[in-house]
Amino acid sequence: MQAEILQFSDLAPVFPELLLAVGALVLLMVGAFGGNRSTSVVTGMCVALLAIAGLMLVVSPNYGEVFNGSFVQDAFSRYMKVLVLIGSGFAIAMSVAYARSQNFDRFEYPILILLATLGMMMMLSAGDLISMYLGLELQSLALYVVAAINRDSVRSTEAGLKYFVLGALSSGMLLYGMSFIYGFTGQIEFSAIAETLTTERASLGLVFGIVFMLAGLAFKISAVPFHMWTPDVYEGAPTPVTAFFAAAPKIAAFGMMVRVLVEALGGVLLDWQQIIVFMAIMSMALGSFAAIGQKNIKRLMAYSSIGHMGYAMVGLAAGTAVGVEGVIVYMTAYLAMTLGAFACILSMRRKGGMVEEIADLSGLSRTNLPMAILLAFIMFSLAGIPPFIGFFAKFYVFIAAVEAGLYPLAIIGILTSVVGCYYYLRVIKVMFFDEPSDEFLPMSGEMKIVLGISSAVICLFILVPGPIVEAASAAANTLF
Amino acid sequence: MSDWSILSITTFLPLVGVLFILLVRGDDEEAKKNIRRVALITTCFTFVISLFIWGGFTYENPGFQMVEKYEWLGGAFSYHMGVDGISMLFVILTTFLMPFCILASWNSIQNRVKEYMIAFLVLETLMIGVFCALDLVLFYIFFEAGLIPMFLIIGVWGGARRVYASYKFFLYTLLGSVLMLIAIMSMYWQAGTLDIPQLMQHDFPASMQTWLWLAFFASFAVKMPMWPVHTWLPDAHVEAPTAGSVILAGILLKMGGYGFLRFSLPMFPLASEMFAPFVFTLSVVAIVYTSLVALAQEDIKKLIAYSSVAHMGYVTMGIFAMNEQGIQGALFQMLSHGIVSAALFLCVGVIYDRMHTRQISAYGGLVNIMPKYAVAFMIFTMANVGLPGTSGFVGEFLTLVGAFRANTWVALFATLGVILSAAYALYLYRRVVFGALEKESLKAMLDLNAREKVILIPLIILTIFFGVYPAPVFDVTQASVDALITNYQTAIELGTKAVVDTAGLSH
Repeated sequence: MQAEILQFSDLAPVFPELLLAVGALVLLMVGAFGGNRSTSVVTGMCVALLAIAGLMLVVSPNYGEVFNGSFVQDAFSRYMKVLVLIGSGFAIAMSVAYARSQNFDRFEYPILILLATLGMMMMLSAGDLISMYLGLELQSLALYVVAAINRDSVRSTEAGLKYFVLGALSSGMLLYGMSFIYGFTGQIEFSAIAETLTTERASLGLVFGIVFMLAGLAFKISAVPFHMWTPDVYEGAPTPVTAFFAAAPKIAAFGMMVRVLVEALGGVLLDWQQIIVFMAIMSMALGSFAAIGQKNIKRLMAYSSIGHMGYAMVGLAAGTAVGVEGVIVYMTAYLAMTLGAFACILSMRRKGGMVEEIADLSGLSRTNLPMAILLAFIMFSLAGIPPFIGFFAKFYVFIAAVEAGLYPLAIIGILTSVVGCYYYLRVIKVMFFDEPSDEFLPMSGEMKIVLGISSAVICLFILVPGPIVEAASAAANTLF
Repeated sequence: MSDWSILSITTFLPLVGVLFILLVRGDDEEAKKNIRRVALITTCFTFVISLFIWGGFTYENPGFQMVEKYEWLGGAFSYHMGVDGISMLFVILTTFLMPFCILASWNSIQNRVKEYMIAFLVLETLMIGVFCALDLVLFYIFFEAGLIPMFLIIGVWGGARRVYASYKFFLYTLLGSVLMLIAIMSMYWQAGTLDIPQLMQHDFPASMQTWLWLAFFASFAVKMPMWPVHTWLPDAHVEAPTAGSVILAGILLKMGGYGFLRFSLPMFPLASEMFAPFVFTLSVVAIVYTSLVALAQEDIKKLIAYSSVAHMGYVTMGIFAMNEQGIQGALFQMLSHGIVSAALFLCVGVIYDRMHTRQISAYGGLVNIMPKYAVAFMIFTMANVGLPGTSGFVGEFLTLVGAFRANTWVALFATLGVILSAAYALYLYRRVVFGALEKESLKAMLDLNAREKVILIPLIILTIFFGVYPAPVFDVTQASVDALITNYQTAIELGTKAVVDTAGLSH
């Protein structure tokens, strides 16, 4: 067999990733030589690079496989990558005002996010276990540093350390699970693994591998019982970092989990379905019940995101194209809601600095009605009340679970969503029913843009659901 | 008539009013006045437009009319609107009551007028949508989204325990309806569509019908509300502002009964047959028990709220009697209750605006200083009791006749409720209106002003008109109700035959 020589044009599917990789290195040089004076340039360039990469994916997606199938570009990875790029780009944009006011303008921050995003894109395009692990580690290492970026703050460093220790542990478990899968199938490529799974049930060794791998993945998406780091890291990390953590990395990790489970292990659905069902139920329940007692809005969002990962897993548990479509719609909704919510949280600024207690929002409808209304829309959407996008997201995942006959899962899930509704309503109650406290400082321009765009997606999805649903459906069908 | 999309226009017209209200700047008296005017004009205009629905309605057609259907949500779910004899009058009732709500809030709501009016107009859109939607997802969206404005209305402009009441209202009704959502999803996979007319033709397997019926029942029983899941209603009524109570009693409660008629009976006939005794039991308990509870109330609004639960008991009883008198009576009772209970809450609002208390003991002897008010309140009290000659009588009588045909015992106990309702309503009336005028604070109270007369007189006219001449309502509902009953009986016969066949095979 003759080794093929790779032409530059064969690399077309990787162009967005190449752009980000080269761009990150160049900007690192700019930052290193320019010092902190260059921060604003580097930040702007990072957002621009992310935007260009996103445009490349939207305008001319080059589907195909590169590096002997290690890197796959298809409709699924394209859709999820666009979400990730939007999440990262907005997260950088939202950090600008914060960085200025909190003396936190380091040029490393946007570059690290750029590198993390590159890792996420690798994860979403991974065609075998090795490239999947490489992407995951690139993302994780960048994230560990980002969590601790505010090194003078005890809480930030504590968050970084916690995240690092637990993250390293979970990576270890993931790797251990992968080695089992390799050992019992003899393959690392997803498609090749799928070919070896001819029996209905997996062998015991393979089941071991799946369990360990799912444990590692569950950590990355903060699904119960591997969620413990989430509230602490969310609360401890600087708020723009939390906004970033909440959106892009979870979407990427979820996308990767969908691909490996459906593409590589789709043949042994019954073996991993029960794990996903268990984690989904636990995440939904914990996300709903544990959030009730929270006073800090960042911790609230942490529990809320645990719950949302549970709902998304309801779609994955179905293991069908409809289910994956539901997951994709859910991720879209989750991105819009998370970014909008964090734009509001980052705007909770008073003269003395940032505030993060839910009680600080009291009477917001008197002092800043537009922000109160939009945040109320976001909260209703998170709670899954129509006509907002959060309802449709839940609708699509639950309809998939019902199709697959997972009635207990669907019923438990929908009941926990009523419990969850309670704490979202509390935020609305504080804003609308309580007496006003001090006004916040005016919202900065970037926040208005982020909040405006995400609220538009949240509210107007009902009018034009077509593009998102059709793209999600097309993306889901590539995996089957 | 349908070529100009009248249903969509009626549904979304209030949102146009919202846009105008958003354009009003400032927070001074002038701005508030403008906002109120815009809201009033919008609701009146919507009512006038909705009369064209009645005008264009073909009485002989039992199916859906003025149908609009567009692609939405990728094919399987569509934007499908239409009305039939069952739903059309609810649309009119909604648009009819809204101007009164705006008028009732004219002076009593002084802060955050803009948000208040927006909430009401949005609520109107969602309520009309519920009665027009012919796709289950669309129906569910309107049904559920209506919770949001009502939550805010109770929570922001409500009384002392408004937070508790608004939470209870929201979570209670949400818990009921999410189970319906799961049922809707499994219907989708079973029937391949969520189009309501098509689902009515679909035969669901008998075992599945039981579960689906129970899930829908959870939603509608809470909304109705039926005993024992009625406890949110007294709280919500007491804390809500007057107009909120009017909407709650006048329209939101009717969604439960409408849901039974639109979904439970035609789609799950076998399960409805099976559960009819269960519903009868709950209805009779509701009628007797909540009437007794109403007797003991010290708060006027709470008393009327409990009487609403009792009256809704007649509705569920009539619906599940499954004969023409029962269903016609239930429909009429819902419409009549929509007018009468709304009017009663407006009457309470009149004296609440003056005294700022709803305690019965704070009043007494009002007839001496407010004779006009006493007359209006008496007419509505009599209608609530079901006195012949008022609209309340027709519905109550027909549901009782229907129940008598289905089950004599049910009718017997339900008739007890008629006596009890006379007891609590007249007792209330005596304590508030009759007696000597002893309390100093009451002596300065003025009789109805022009605005209040404008509110109450049309309602009095309608109450008496429909009591004497109910035919306009029955003409509308006749064809659809007949079709509903025929389809139901055919399904039951087929179902029984199938059971007999399988029993025969097993021998």
